[in-house]
Amino acid sequence: MNFDLSEEQQMLVDSIGKFLKNDYDFEVRRKLAKSELGFSRDNWKTYAELGWLSVPFSADNGGFGGSTVDLMLMHEQFGKAMVVEPLIPTLILGGRLIELLGSAQQKETLLSAVIQGELQLALASNERIARNNPAIVGTTATAAGSDYVLNGEKIVVLNGAAADKLLVTARTSGAVDAADGISVFLVDANAPGIERTGYATVDGLRAADIRFTHVKVSAANLLGTAGAALEAVETVLDEATLALCAEAVGAMDVMYKTTVEYCKTRKQFGTPIGKFQVLQFRMVDMFIAHEQSKSMIYMAALRALEGRDAARKAISAAKVQIGKSSRKVGQEAIQLHGGMGMTDELNVGYYFKRVTAFDALFGNVDFHLERYTQVA
Amino acid sequence: MDLTVKPEYRQFRDEVRAFLADNLTADLREAGRLATSVFHDVERSMAWQKILHKKGWAAPHWPKKFGGTGWDVVQRAIFAEESLQADAPAMIPMGLHMCGPCIIGCGTQEQKDYYLPRILSGEDFWCQGYSEPGAGSDLASLQTFAESDGDHYIVNGTKIWTTYAHYANKIFCLVRTNKNCKPQEGITFLLIDMNTPGITVEPIIGLDLVREQNTVFFDNVRVPKANVVGKENDGWTVAKYLLMFERGGQEYAPALFHGLEKVKEIAAQEFGSFGGRLADDKTFMRKVAEVEIEVTALEFTENRIKAALGSGQSPGALASMTKILGTELSQRITELAIEAVGVYGLPQQVDAIQPGANLPFVGPEYALTAMPRYLNTRATTIYGGSNEVQRGIIAKMVLGL
Ligand SMILES: Cc1cc2nc3c(=O)[nH]c(=O)nc-3n(C[C@H](O)[C@H](O)[C@H](O)COP(=O)(O)OP(=O)(O)OC[C@H]3O[C@@H](n4cnc5c(N)ncnc54)[C@H](O)[C@@H]3O)c2cc1C
Repeated sequence: MNFDLSEEQQMLVDSIGKFLKNDYDFEVRRKLAKSELGFSRDNWKTYAELGWLSVPFSADNGGFGGSTVDLMLMHEQFGKAMVVEPLIPTLILGGRLIELLGSAQQKETLLSAVIQGELQLALASNERIARNNPAIVGTTATAAGSDYVLNGEKIVVLNGAAADKLLVTARTSGAVDAADGISVFLVDANAPGIERTGYATVDGLRAADIRFTHVKVSAANLLGTAGAALEAVETVLDEATLALCAEAVGAMDVMYKTTVEYCKTRKQFGTPIGKFQVLQFRMVDMFIAHEQSKSMIYMAALRALEGRDAARKAISAAKVQIGKSSRKVGQEAIQLHGGMGMTDELNVGYYFKRVTAFDALFGNVDFHLERYTQVA
Repeated sequence: MDLTVKPEYRQFRDEVRAFLADNLTADLREAGRLATSVFHDVERSMAWQKILHKKGWAAPHWPKKFGGTGWDVVQRAIFAEESLQADAPAMIPMGLHMCGPCIIGCGTQEQKDYYLPRILSGEDFWCQGYSEPGAGSDLASLQTFAESDGDHYIVNGTKIWTTYAHYANKIFCLVRTNKNCKPQEGITFLLIDMNTPGITVEPIIGLDLVREQNTVFFDNVRVPKANVVGKENDGWTVAKYLLMFERGGQEYAPALFHGLEKVKEIAAQEFGSFGGRLADDKTFMRKVAEVEIEVTALEFTENRIKAALGSGQSPGALASMTKILGTELSQRITELAIEAVGVYGLPQQVDAIQPGANLPFVGPEYALTAMPRYLNTRATTIYGGSNEVQRGIIAKMVLGL
């Protein structure tokens, strides 16, 4: 057993770490989150130039051929700086789904655009009736000649407003909750009949609710075989969950360390509050929660290499552990900062909101606990 | 021991209910329903206070001769419950629940005559100037200094976290009047007019992106000595008296049950991940039940304390226990609510819940308040004496450790 990074992995981590340290401090991040777009197109270009946008894709498709381990290492760094650029939506939820389902031609044109930083994507899959279960799809795609017509509504689509193209799950057959009959369509985000309501999210990212009213899609924009997309959708959601878990671990790392530093310097009753044993023990528990969570992303990233069922079980386990731990660490970080923790001024509040949003995305603790028990 | 409710209380409940039905406008109910903090929308809360004041119900907990209702503890609880059920805006506590009781307990006749009617009517809006950048949990280390100058003080210093100072025309402060003694012994409780020259107020924006708190700067502010409540250098006694009201004056269980009902209503409307409604999801509903059971325990703990004390008496260190339980349970309820609304907790739409905003929003209305409440409620274990400080009080005062 060996948890050392390869030379290539070390380089990747170092290059991300260096960029974030020099060009992505808290103030920069805060400004970006408040900007009109919600992220920086210049940064996106830089990420393309540094090769980060190619990491999840295979060499055949012009990518770096990164594994789940590379993905995890990368996103732990992104999580430490709460990077706002839509890496998970465009690369994993969008790009990887194209890689899994698309034709050779779709992969060639679309993935090279993604890797070069010229295409923003979003996966429109979640619905109100679904509560994060990708098998529940009420949006319909009805065949009409050589076209399909989409009708339905998708909620809280990450990067939904900035995306150039949307990958939409829709039902071409079957009951609302049938595993079969789910298809993925690639549509222009500005196609007639698409109504997007974009907004900022509580953690400073961007999402949109998207309504599809008689949206025409040509059959050429069906990704993969009609009605057989669920497995691929679940795979990219799992990869996205893993990446998000890694970001939460990065965020926890910052939160517990920031809290320890704060308690060393904040004085009450003539002494640093970090001297109070009751607070010491709680910071020790924050430290332990972070260590346990870090172990869980390592576990999940490695087990994910062992096949679909292993991946599903491991990633659900990680989402449960990290969901619980990050909530605890976040709440304690606020509490130990006292009034300062409640303000929009300190970074700790932003990390707290980030991990709060984390739990709600891609299925919360309860969802993954249930899924964990269902996977053999 | 029994749980029967006397018939006259049932009658009283009907009377309260009828009054609320007749007087709470849709606008006022909206403010109550969409509130995400214990500090409700000022305009609507004050409008409701005026209506209550006309009826003589603005300060149920004050003695009758100062404008209270003369209700017993049961009647007060009924009024509180019915107000919650009807989504009435909550009273802003700084005047009615903090400064008022303090003046009643420790003020001069002139102070009572002048200030109490103005608190009841809403003519004066108070804020609380205790905490300072260097004096939070260790309040006694406060540094804001009031230097004697004839029959005035000249006040210099900084107060922080001052809730709603930007609405207030009055502030009750703890200031230092003697530096050469034990910290607690040199503190004075002082009433200050916010319009006095030398006072500036700067906003503090919260996690939920709402402005509730402020920093208040005092630069050579002249305050008449007649504004001291209690005696000079005896402010700590006054403050402790007030803290008892801040902590012990309220019952938590009714609001907690109300919050749980709201969570159940959400669960009945939200879909489950694996079919049915969230209300059919055993894992989630068991968590709701667990909290409900703890709230039930708290309800009876509060009832026992009430019964043992009768009305008017201070529960002493036991108030620390209900503060710990009430605030931590309220945090768990807001946590259940964000779980229940799922991804619709994410859209940042705090502007849409400001009363009268009339802005478009995504998702169901009940989801709008879930996240701001979760964020805002984190403060309840920090303010009013943090829960660590409260546990310290119980350890010392109750357990004798
Ligand atoms: C939303 C909000 C509204 C407020 N409104 C007002 C207001 O209107 N007027 C006003 O005067 N103040 C107000 N406050 C201030 C509040 O009373 C203080 O925040 C509180 O006293 C804690 O002080 P602090 O923030 O300086 O935290 P600190 O005292 O620095 O505490 C930091 C952490 O250390 C812990 N700690 C401190 N001492 C000990 C100890 N001895 N043992 C164990 N743990 C300890 C605390 O519990 C906390 O977790 C408000 C605060 C908030 C958050």
